Amino acid sequence: MQSITEKRYTDGRPNLRRFHQAKWDEPIIFELSNPGERGILPPPIEDGIRDAVGDVASALPDMLRRKTPLDLPEMAQPQVVRHYMRLSQENLGLDLNIDIGQGTCTMKYSPKINEQLARTPQITELHPLQPEETVQGILEIMYKFEQILKEISGLDRFSLQLGAGSAAIYAAASIIRAYHAARGDTGQRDEIITTIFSHPSDAACAKTAGFNVITLYPDDDGYPDLNALKEAVSERTAGLMTANPEDTGIFNPRIAEFVDVVHKAGGLCFYDQANANGVLGITRARKAGFDLCHFNLHKTFSTPHGCGGPGAGALGVIEALSPFLPTPVVAYAGNRYYLDHNRPQSIGKVRAFYGVAGNVLRAYAWVMSLGAEGLMEVSKTAVLNNNYLLKKMLEIPGVSAPYAKGKWRIEQVRYSWEKLCKETGVHSEEIGLRAADFGVHYWTSHHPFIVPEPCTLEPTESFSKADLDEYVEILKHVAHEAYTDSDRVKTAPHNSTVHRTDQAPFDDPSQWAITWRAYLKKTERGKKG
Amino acid sequence: MSICADHGRRLGLIVNPVAGLGGRVGLKGSDGAAIQQQALRLGAVPQSLHRAAQVLERLKPIKDELMLYTYPAEMGEEAAKRCGLDHTVIGSIVAGQTTAADTARAAREMQRLGVDLLLFAGGDGTARDIIDAIDDTLLVLGIPTGVKMQSAVFAVSPISAGDLTLASLQGRIRREREAEVMDIDEDALRQGIVTAKLYGYLRVPHEDRLVQGAKTPSSGRDKAAMETIALQIIDHMEDEPLYIVGPGTTTRAILSKLGLDKTLIGVDVVWKDKLLASDVNEAQLLNLLEGRTSRIIVTPIGGQGYLFGRGNQQISPKIIKQVGKANIIVVATPEKMDALRGRPFLVDTGDPETDRWLSGYTRVVCGYGEYSIYKISYAGEN
Repeated sequence: MQSITEKRYTDGRPNLRRFHQAKWDEPIIFELSNPGERGILPPPIEDGIRDAVGDVASALPDMLRRKTPLDLPEMAQPQVVRHYMRLSQENLGLDLNIDIGQGTCTMKYSPKINEQLARTPQITELHPLQPEETVQGILEIMYKFEQILKEISGLDRFSLQLGAGSAAIYAAASIIRAYHAARGDTGQRDEIITTIFSHPSDAACAKTAGFNVITLYPDDDGYPDLNALKEAVSERTAGLMTANPEDTGIFNPRIAEFVDVVHKAGGLCFYDQANANGVLGITRARKAGFDLCHFNLHKTFSTPHGCGGPGAGALGVIEALSPFLPTPVVAYAGNRYYLDHNRPQSIGKVRAFYGVAGNVLRAYAWVMSLGAEGLMEVSKTAVLNNNYLLKKMLEIPGVSAPYAKGKWRIEQVRYSWEKLCKETGVHSEEIGLRAADFGVHYWTSHHPFIVPEPCTLEPTESFSKADLDEYVEILKHVAHEAYTDSDRVKTAPHNSTVHRTDQAPFDDPSQWAITWRAYLKKTERGKKG
Repeated sequence: MSICADHGRRLGLIVNPVAGLGGRVGLKGSDGAAIQQQALRLGAVPQSLHRAAQVLERLKPIKDELMLYTYPAEMGEEAAKRCGLDHTVIGSIVAGQTTAADTARAAREMQRLGVDLLLFAGGDGTARDIIDAIDDTLLVLGIPTGVKMQSAVFAVSPISAGDLTLASLQGRIRREREAEVMDIDEDALRQGIVTAKLYGYLRVPHEDRLVQGAKTPSSGRDKAAMETIALQIIDHMEDEPLYIVGPGTTTRAILSKLGLDKTLIGVDVVWKDKLLASDVNEAQLLNLLEGRTSRIIVTPIGGQGYLFGRGNQQISPKIIKQVGKANIIVVATPEKMDALRGRPFLVDTGDPETDRWLSGYTRVVCGYGEYSIYKISYAGEN
């Protein structure tokens, strides 16, 4: 009998994985609707009950009653299941591939046992309007998780109300404004300083919160420019909002000086730790002098991302800023946990109720399964993985790692295929699309578009050396193809459901819709117009 | 415009056979017959045929639909033949002795023929010849071949010129941008003096490559940024000072918002929301400034980063000093900033002392309530 394993190797090296995505040509669920078809048929109300109660619907006030039926797809259960199973096969998600190509997003494995916990009825059946004494369990978990985050950051109070990272950053900007307002400094301090390679949400949220934004560019060595910061600060400075490491994976070695310059100018300092995956147990926001920081539970703390489940943000502050935290906060009275609404200086609510309970539970479970030493091990492994990948990537012809040349990076690297593109005409996103033919993917990068032909890889701690080797082998193979058979790369992907999309119509809102209702409206308008 | 409209396939190609001759042999440029002869004597090898052919190679996927118009012999015909592309030769030249007049005539004829895109292989000098010959409705793209390429009309490489041309002819790119045509006086450059002039703007196809596949939507962000910059400037304009407004499309957006006509490649003066003077020179500026407070609004030259001394020499050291460093307002869209790839802004006013005085950091208006702190260097620094 022929060896199964042997066929997977050529000259002692593993072959590239053969992959082909499923293609179902699946309609949109609304198109599948079959009038009268039902998933569940509730039994008719028994005569005796009807006689006793009458028309149940008429008990509702007229204003609450729907005049026309809900426009939902009418389908039986098997059709619904089949529809979503098919869609799920036309996907290339975290649980299917070596998902290190979504740099800055920290795509780590979400342990399934934590999913099981979050899906137990004790969690799923909770309602945020329940009386406090009936939700002591989740309040306790929130309170205890806050203590963990305090330990990790060194800060004094946390809010877990925020539904996502940017919500936490927005709340931070609002607290900075509230702090200055409380000191009678409102109109004067209207500028937030950030760096070009910080999490783009820092600039965006500051702007949304009403600040003017000043962006610093890197210095000649590729680090955040301290002299530019000194130029930027003034009596108008409200604060600094910065990531460290930045999205290039470069750690700002002068971060304490940055904080010092801003403090001396009268501003507050916010540490964007959306991605803290390389620094757990290694640096503390408090240690560098920050006044506020935040974490994305769906990045560093392993809960699923927004696209695959709800995100969650945690915002921490020093004691002096704690009165401004969103209301309510979870507190402990020695024998019971409660929601403290009595916070006159609070910026108010940033989100309804008090947090994404399921994700706080997942994150708490994740931390508790690792312990303090385990958390540090996470960061050490993520950094080791990243620098191993960096070394292997730089062996591929045509790729480089701009800025801070020759230095190691923290948890991710923004690479550039500029050289390869100049020599072959193959662009970065085409390499990413060709990689999809081998069952992996990457996206290029988000704002700012300074690094030419970018590609941001972040291997986290979840992926093994063998995973990283496989990923590098794929990119090496694609780069080789770019030099020898560029058409194959430029026409990729060949094994995916959708080969290429024409992106030009994205500029024209009349040509796209993100919901069925919008589609109907737009096509209706098209007919009239 | 319908997305399914038929796309143009009519391409004009002009090769300047002597562009780039002076480069490798250290002559700083190739303008004029004498220099070209000297370059050839020094062993220069023409670059443009090879580079034009590299571009045409990329067009093979549409070779059956492509209607290629070109000029005889070394001005394009040879490149088309080398790639085996069907083509129509128009015009006539004296082979081996082509001049700027040939380039200009070719451009004019191709515009008359109604080509959808005019591709030229050359440098700044060639771009100038073309801008003089055509009106601004024609879409143009430069294949980088010359020695001096201060202009922003060139693709980054012949390969990318080919891909951009292909995408444009296939209708996959419908965005355009106005790109600066700059040129440096070669004779002066050989004496060690850099005098660059802004000659105007050509429309080039613009593929916003970097925003593709990203999380960020790309709805003409450069144009939108110009609009918000204009609003920021106008909302904060003061009553008393004169505003000296330098050339450029970003500064033009400010004047358009005020309902004023901007001299695209010249300097205008605005006072109390009205145009006080258009396309002024240094002497007129000095006159206007007499006894008044003033501000200067400038935008860096795209891709180069020159704030002063390129294309706006009217704003002389004397004027800059008189207005004062604190009264210089720098505007630039994020896209323009990003295109500098971390290189600092440059000043080259002709007065080293002014250049040194201007260097350091400046605040740049990048949008409404959006600023950057950016470095200014001067020629010869470091």
